[in-house]
Amino acid sequence: MSLIKRKPQRRVAIVGAGLSLFMRRALDTGKELSYYAASQALDAAGVRRKDIQAVVMATAPDAFDGVHMKGEWLLDGAGGVGKPYLRAYVGGGSGVFSIISGWMMVASGLFDLVLVVAEEKMSSCQPHPQGAFLTIFDHIIERPLGPNLLWIFSLEQQRYMAAYGIQNEDIALVSVKNKHNALAHPAAQVAAQLTVKDVLDSEVVAWPVHRLMVSPISDGAAAVVLASEHVAQRLADHPIWIQGVGWCLDTSYWGNRDLAYPRYVEQAARMAYEMAGITEPRRQIHVAEPYDPFAYKELHHLEGLQLADRGKAPDDLARGRFDRGGELPSCPSGGLMGVGNPIAAAGLMKICELFWQLRGEAGTRQVAGNPERGLAQAWGDLMQVGTVAVLGVR
Amino acid sequence: MAERQAPPYVTLRGHPLTDDEFREREASTAWTPRLEYAWDAGTAISRFLEGLRQGAIYGVRCRQCGRTVTPPRAFCELDFKPMDEWVKLSETGTINTFSICYVTWDMKPLRVPQIPAVIEIDGTSPRVGFLHLVGGVRGRTVDEIRRQVRVGMPVRAVWKPPAKREGAITDILYFAPVRKRAPR
Repeated sequence: MSLIKRKPQRRVAIVGAGLSLFMRRALDTGKELSYYAASQALDAAGVRRKDIQAVVMATAPDAFDGVHMKGEWLLDGAGGVGKPYLRAYVGGGSGVFSIISGWMMVASGLFDLVLVVAEEKMSSCQPHPQGAFLTIFDHIIERPLGPNLLWIFSLEQQRYMAAYGIQNEDIALVSVKNKHNALAHPAAQVAAQLTVKDVLDSEVVAWPVHRLMVSPISDGAAAVVLASEHVAQRLADHPIWIQGVGWCLDTSYWGNRDLAYPRYVEQAARMAYEMAGITEPRRQIHVAEPYDPFAYKELHHLEGLQLADRGKAPDDLARGRFDRGGELPSCPSGGLMGVGNPIAAAGLMKICELFWQLRGEAGTRQVAGNPERGLAQAWGDLMQVGTVAVLGVR
Repeated sequence: MAERQAPPYVTLRGHPLTDDEFREREASTAWTPRLEYAWDAGTAISRFLEGLRQGAIYGVRCRQCGRTVTPPRAFCELDFKPMDEWVKLSETGTINTFSICYVTWDMKPLRVPQIPAVIEIDGTSPRVGFLHLVGGVRGRTVDEIRRQVRVGMPVRAVWKPPAKREGAITDILYFAPVRKRAPR
């Protein structure tokens, strides 16, 4: 069944990318972080703020900052003053949803040059930013039970493990891989050389989740510049094309669906693949940046994305298929587990990574074999949204 | 230096603070919000909560797709039709998944862990349940608890005494493992 009415005719490319440092706690404000990433992306694209016709800003819950309508507050740092401006917000899925939103603005023919910025400053929220998530649970039938965010991740990981007979050693290997990959990332907050034993020796926060299977609290920002075809060809020798986008939300009655498999991620991926003309994703995708806020999520998502068989991603990981030098490098950036997780910014950081990987500019992080097509995915809300973008060199 | 060998090949901006610098709050301001809300439960959940007060778990059935679900809802989110056929479900169910949580939301350690779980309630369509707690389990360590609690295990609701019920999800204290499932 077709998921899109017709393939959009107007092509959209990424022509520049920028990042701030990712930090546990920044002196810098959200506006300042946004400015760092946005100005770097503009410089990389060789354009100025006045050339930009519209701006998309992704940032997750207002409750992190204690600022109502923080999209509007961040406007100045995102370069959006005096321009058509949109806040893109689907929780953790926001980073990838931001370029989907920017893509719609350019593909529709409305604009030729759009700046996409994603920012998160989690550290302001005291005593712990997890407090910002207490209100995602149903206020009548869930919140009286005292849930916290770790519950839903640990419940989903356990369901995934029980459904397929997966061991925690298999999951811990994701932390080892991504924290190692992040050693080559200059923005990285929690890069480390660890073993599976180190991960499993870290304390249990909510079994089966150990502390080193959880991404950190982070402050940071990321940005990209999007251009229509004729503008992109003028600006860049090697524009990276957005070949397909997809997104999908599942029911908020999360106890009524099988947590072992993210069917909404599959739906989002199928939409993006159809648009990109991908029929055999495992052969046609050369590098992947699936969303990894918890170690098991990378494996869970690779399955939803049709890049591994159901319940078999751990086997593929163990035999090195997802290593930076493997058959399908996954999270060569170091991901959220290694670079850090300033929520919306982490998703857009994955897009930045593909931009550099596909241009062959990734240096010590470069995956082998001149990759021509990559996929980035993010996830969030109440375990219910998948956002997917497929990028390529042509 | 990673920054000369890998993108974006420029000095990344940002000023990390140490814990001490942050704690001294030299460059920060604190604010504690005080807000109160009075939430209405809605037409379907009000009736569900009244059922709990009386010691029963209710679900609703969609006449269009035939699904029986709980928590009840006023309309089927798939068929977009009223879901008004009420079904009294069993007070037993199956552990779909569970966790053993040793921290509070602000990462303070819990001496006695919480055991949150998704409980599939008997009498619903497959894989339909809700969040609750598993209780009546001895021990505190992962190993001790995992010996008594497993995915797929039958459980039964343990209720507050009728006089203490207040029409809330917490009228069920927890779901306790049962040795043998009652014949259905």
